[in-house]
Amino acid sequence: MSGAVWITGIGLASSLGEGVEAHRAALRDPVARPVVDAAGFAPFPVHPMPNLAFDAQIPKKGDQRQMEPWQRLGTYAAGLALDHAGARGLVGEMHLLVAAGGGERDVGLDEAICAELAGLPPEQAGPLLNERLANGLRPTLFLAQLSNLLAGNISIVHGVTGSSRTFMGEEAAGAEAVRIAAARLAEGRGEVALVGGAYVAGRWDMLLLHAASGGLWRGDWAPLAERRGGGMVTGSIGAFLVLETERHARGRGAACLARLAAVRSGAARRQGEDSARASAAALAEGLALRPGLAVVSGASGMPEALAEERAFLAGLPEPGAVRFTADLLGHGVEASFPASLALGALALAEGMATQALVTGFGLWRGEALALLEAA
Amino acid sequence: MRDHLGRPLVAVTGMGLVTPLGFGVAESWRALLAGRSGIRRITRFPTEHLKTRIAGQVTLPGEEAMASPERVERMAAMAAAEAVGQAGIGERFPGPLLLGMPPVEVEWPQRLALARAGAGYPAMVEAVAGQRGLFETFLFGGIGERLAERFGTHGVPVSVTTACATGASAIQLGLEAIQRGEAKAALCIGAEGSVAPEPLVRFSLLSALSTRNDEPERASRPFEKTREGFVLSEGAAALVLESLEAAQARGAEVLGLVLGAGERADSFHRTRSNPDGGAIIGAMRAAIADAGLRPGDISYVNAHGTGTPENDKMETLGMRAVFGDAPPPISSNKSMIGHTLSAAGAIEAVASLLTIRDGMLPPTINHEVPDPAIALDVVPNVARAAKVERVLSNSFGFGGQNVCLVLGAAP
Repeated sequence: MSGAVWITGIGLASSLGEGVEAHRAALRDPVARPVVDAAGFAPFPVHPMPNLAFDAQIPKKGDQRQMEPWQRLGTYAAGLALDHAGARGLVGEMHLLVAAGGGERDVGLDEAICAELAGLPPEQAGPLLNERLANGLRPTLFLAQLSNLLAGNISIVHGVTGSSRTFMGEEAAGAEAVRIAAARLAEGRGEVALVGGAYVAGRWDMLLLHAASGGLWRGDWAPLAERRGGGMVTGSIGAFLVLETERHARGRGAACLARLAAVRSGAARRQGEDSARASAAALAEGLALRPGLAVVSGASGMPEALAEERAFLAGLPEPGAVRFTADLLGHGVEASFPASLALGALALAEGMATQALVTGFGLWRGEALALLEAA
Repeated sequence: MRDHLGRPLVAVTGMGLVTPLGFGVAESWRALLAGRSGIRRITRFPTEHLKTRIAGQVTLPGEEAMASPERVERMAAMAAAEAVGQAGIGERFPGPLLLGMPPVEVEWPQRLALARAGAGYPAMVEAVAGQRGLFETFLFGGIGERLAERFGTHGVPVSVTTACATGASAIQLGLEAIQRGEAKAALCIGAEGSVAPEPLVRFSLLSALSTRNDEPERASRPFEKTREGFVLSEGAAALVLESLEAAQARGAEVLGLVLGAGERADSFHRTRSNPDGGAIIGAMRAAIADAGLRPGDISYVNAHGTGTPENDKMETLGMRAVFGDAPPPISSNKSMIGHTLSAAGAIEAVASLLTIRDGMLPPTINHEVPDPAIALDVVPNVARAAKVERVLSNSFGFGGQNVCLVLGAAP
């Protein structure tokens, strides 16, 4: 990067609550316990949505009705970030980069259709499926499911219109959104960007996908280090950051929460020598890491990736404490990397370290590193 | 070798197409110039109870057993293989993959199969355990990962969605990566495979689709008075972008240049543009300015031109605002291909480059009753010879994401 990029705003909403204070408190407490819903999606524990007063960030009820929970959570967190940065007046020329999966399905409709059609031969099931979908799907649901409509809603509700790009592909999407946002600012294409993502954990449709890999943790919640055999507990997270060129932030007197010194990403095939640890080690080359740096890990809990990440971290020069974002918030897939960056920036702003390395080892693919320096 | 902002000029050295009009650039382009429609009655699945029973289908061998993401991947790979082959850039692609694709999710065949063990989600979640293949098929990052592996691209495969502007966004990301000096080459793909019952129902519920079921070939009528919606379609396009310097250094044939890109988000409504056209106009102007040009330098516009009453009205407004009283000719490939959503921006970028190469404007077909509110030369019904040096290609998305590209002749 040529020009320096600062983080000037953080918007976090998770099972721990909303805003920087709730999350700062959890960071300060070395034995902080997360908020877990053990019953709602048993046998899979999840970190639930917090109770949010949506009116505060999404004033029009009509807008709220047009969204499903993941969009509301993300739009809410995006608003928190804008407020935190004092950047409401900058939205017209602000770039928007969002990492998104898909939105909630109508689980009740899915189950009703499955109950009726699963036993029928295909020639009968096909026409009936059409009929049930045509009569059962809510017209607004589609827009609440479309990945790019989290960004669309942020544009509508908060007026962010400089540009809008939505990245897909689980954790790597979050890292690419941040990397590309920072690269565009550093090269002088714009002064300020809003970047982040949202994930809602309490969703049977997403649990279905992740159960297929065998990667979901079952039973009582445990921290990553104590999950025998590994496993993922998903977390409801809305995480947005305001990134800004140093020049622009200084010009308007905005505070620097942390300097984003580097964002790098790679994608090992995770076979043989093309390993996640080698990929991350290559990304770390040339980074000016200092002994004692804080590590904020975006590890999902998937055992192979966690073992690779531990091996990578062991090769760093005297790393300091490692905090797993997932131990506080759960794993937020697309929102994971932005959330880890937010925690890293908060840790620096708190004086808990002067340098933080943020990792993002995807549950299947993708390795990312970000280096944060204290202001 | 550098543009007006000192950035490396970006060349196109390979192109690939898969459309309902044919497999490969040559076949699709021939049909576009012939004014042939690729819209047909849907044969992939039963259409009883559907309001719209027509689409632009790309029928792949063995597709009965394929989920949408598998079809997207197959079409993307076919287009990419054609583009990479034409570029002659080697077996292992020397740069990143930028993939414009639709969101994916577990689909009805999988859901119904799982539900045989019990129709509730908790039972289906138990039944799915161990289906690693299903997991990797429906992960959002799956398609990009498999394409990256096949073509040997560098780094993280970037998957992007900006609704109907997705294909253009993929090209813009590749353009920027080369301009920034991150890469010497980029493989940009837009792919779509959403001709399936649920997407069709969803778009129908938004009243976005044409219901002219009895005359499929006549259903897509951009800029025409009796237009009443778009026709869902699918396909893929791939472009190999390289810095002009790198392309010339290795003696590659330069097919054209990507001169600039512009974007602007709308904050008005989820499916409609602000009536003032601000975001559309802003994106068009930004692309022209990014290319270091003035509106008068644009020879022809490849329209977004979906055939919805709203889009075509707004695009007309944008054309008049940007180009004044004498806008250049504009035509819509979607009149023949239908709306390939995530692929459209990339397919139309390829068509724009072919328009320049051959000096032939593809027509807007089904132009029977002119709409007095659309005072544009839409190249009605028949292709036209014209000297074309620079094309503005428009892509406007649901959710207010607008991206325009400027493509130019090889130097």
